[in-house]
Amino acid sequence: MRELFNIIVFPGFIFLALFGFAAEYFDRRMHARLQNRKGPPWFQPVADFIKLISKEDLIPSDANAGMFRMAPIVALASTVTAFLYIPLWNGKALYSFNGDVIVVLYFLTIPTMAIFIGGWYSTSLFARLGSVRAITQLFAYEVPLFIGILSAALLADSWSLAGIVRFYNSHPLLFICNIPGFVVSLVALLGKLERVPFDIPEAETEIVAGAFTEYSGRLLAFFRMTLAIEMVVGASLLAAVFLPTVAVPGASGSAGTGLYPAAFIGFGVYLIEVFFIVALISLARTIFARLRLDQMVVFCWKFLAPLGIAQLLLNLYLKGLLTR
Amino acid sequence: MHESHKFKIPIGPQHPALKEPESFSVALKGEKILGVEIRLGYNHRGIEKACEERTYIQDIYLAERICGICSHSHSSCFIQCVEELAGLEVPKRGLFIRTLIGELERVHSHFLWLGVAGHEVGFDTLLMYTWRDRELVMDLLAGLTGNRVNYGMNTIGGVRRDVTKEQLRKIKETVDVLEERTMYYIKIATSEPTLINRLSGVGVLSREDTLSLDAVGPTARASGVSRDVRRDDPYAAYAELNFYVITDDHCDVYGRTIVRVKELLESFKIIREIVAKIPEGPIAVKAPRRIPAGEALSRYEAPRGEDMHYVKSNGSDKPERVKVRAPTLANVQAVKHMLKDRYLADLPIVIAAIDPCFSCTDRMVRLDRMDKGQSDVINWKQLHDYSLGWHREHGVDFSSLNERLKKAL
Repeated sequence: MRELFNIIVFPGFIFLALFGFAAEYFDRRMHARLQNRKGPPWFQPVADFIKLISKEDLIPSDANAGMFRMAPIVALASTVTAFLYIPLWNGKALYSFNGDVIVVLYFLTIPTMAIFIGGWYSTSLFARLGSVRAITQLFAYEVPLFIGILSAALLADSWSLAGIVRFYNSHPLLFICNIPGFVVSLVALLGKLERVPFDIPEAETEIVAGAFTEYSGRLLAFFRMTLAIEMVVGASLLAAVFLPTVAVPGASGSAGTGLYPAAFIGFGVYLIEVFFIVALISLARTIFARLRLDQMVVFCWKFLAPLGIAQLLLNLYLKGLLTR
Repeated sequence: MHESHKFKIPIGPQHPALKEPESFSVALKGEKILGVEIRLGYNHRGIEKACEERTYIQDIYLAERICGICSHSHSSCFIQCVEELAGLEVPKRGLFIRTLIGELERVHSHFLWLGVAGHEVGFDTLLMYTWRDRELVMDLLAGLTGNRVNYGMNTIGGVRRDVTKEQLRKIKETVDVLEERTMYYIKIATSEPTLINRLSGVGVLSREDTLSLDAVGPTARASGVSRDVRRDDPYAAYAELNFYVITDDHCDVYGRTIVRVKELLESFKIIREIVAKIPEGPIAVKAPRRIPAGEALSRYEAPRGEDMHYVKSNGSDKPERVKVRAPTLANVQAVKHMLKDRYLADLPIVIAAIDPCFSCTDRMVRLDRMDKGQSDVINWKQLHDYSLGWHREHGVDFSSLNERLKKAL
């Protein structure tokens, strides 16, 4: 019963969906205000979702219907699953084992693969171009993202996210050393979320909607929800690994449903951190133009990856200092 | 990435990058463009023919509707022909007002272009900012003429509305605000790295190619060709105004951006000068209803480049022939050249960089087959029969219904 509640309500699907909507609203509103626009009302993401859900699903006659239907569901499921391993506020995730940081990164790669498969099997030229672009982009940002997050894990000497959080809780000032890694991972996350300046796979003025061109109705709603939730999950991951958490005394109870004030403070700090990262994402969306695919790949390999490796070397050196 | 995989994607007639229907069929190899086929003809409205069946006064409003953005350019260009044929001397004040509206139109057109260019490279913030500022010009135009677009300001022999001192003061104030904003955009365009990356080196058109392909307007000026009708063949009040013709040597989309933004500053200068120098007096002279026989050609520097109108009169109140050469027609050939060996991602901005106006450019194409000696033109009856036949083939047949209807009647 407890597991069911955890998976479906908190911190599972329903919480994540609402959180995703809230983050999407925040992102859209902030983007609009930065652009001198008014922006949508608070219920707009929910309204969009309900509207899409109520529309007809159109599947192109040449498309592989099974793959076409499966892609958004797999994408959504893997994103939601990734969230179960991310510790929210008290250094404890719902499920945790040594090595779960790899699993989370792996789960976060699946949506991109699902977008590729969905786009590829919809047999539209625009969708195919978009999906090929999504995969090409994956090769560019995935390595810097891994290096960035794993170098923080290396310093913490733990391959579980909960362990990483506990380590940085006890050494709060070390997060300063990880700032280059944070920048690398944040930029890579922009690529993963297909946000400007890396929204190349869905560049509207070139290839219509990229891999989503043929999607409509419920399936499109799931894809959009996946992207909203992926933003929250990615932001939570970065917050857990890179941002300092408040060491909350007495919050050592079970994760998930504690109702004591310390947990509220911890949860509040967590929310602020996530919205801070979302704000950075929408800021990048506002101040940059979309790069070309070749420019993006060059940027990732020439600047992002070396910066990540520099972070790795720094952390190796620091680790030597700490363990001496 | 699919080295052997060559395919064609249709950009248009309906595509998010295009604001008007036009077909660009792009042959791709991976992301690289192998070739582009441009096909006009999706937005043909038959305005030239329609002009022949209406009086000169009606034609002004028809010419104004050739383009939604440079509407004043087309009506002025048409009117210059008619005034030349009729031998009318337009009063100074009328010419100054005509020039004023023309420059305000250039300002709003260039702001519009800047926003569209931003949108094409995924920089929507620029779009939102420039279109917000464009509203200031639109408000001015609405205040001066009563309309935001298609101003209806021109008439044969002058203009239809006078401007008040109050309006001139307001123009001056607005121009000050706009100049400040334009300086900000110049700063963005010359310092924002992602924007520069997307614009420079893209859509290169060398000076020689510009001359041989006969590009006009900002497209030509960005390739170092100093060509501007306002200076080379002054019309309206331009002979009495001081301004520079902006050129640039980048030869690419970045250069075209710089030229347009700097031209905005020149336009502000011209507008200020007009406000200061505008003479008193009548705004129009009375024009005859029948225009003496003859032919005239006039040129006008529209925001997109040189616009050309030709009018032939037979002495009646209707023209015998009207011919329009909109600036986009001169520039559209260059697009194919600019896209050679570029990436698909450059296509929208390269097309947008000539500031295309496809409905102005559109004309009917007649295909004569040289091998069979037959023409592809079909008349109305043939088109009707073809349509009925097509529907019959697809299972839609109303012939029995028609017979029953005949019997019933």
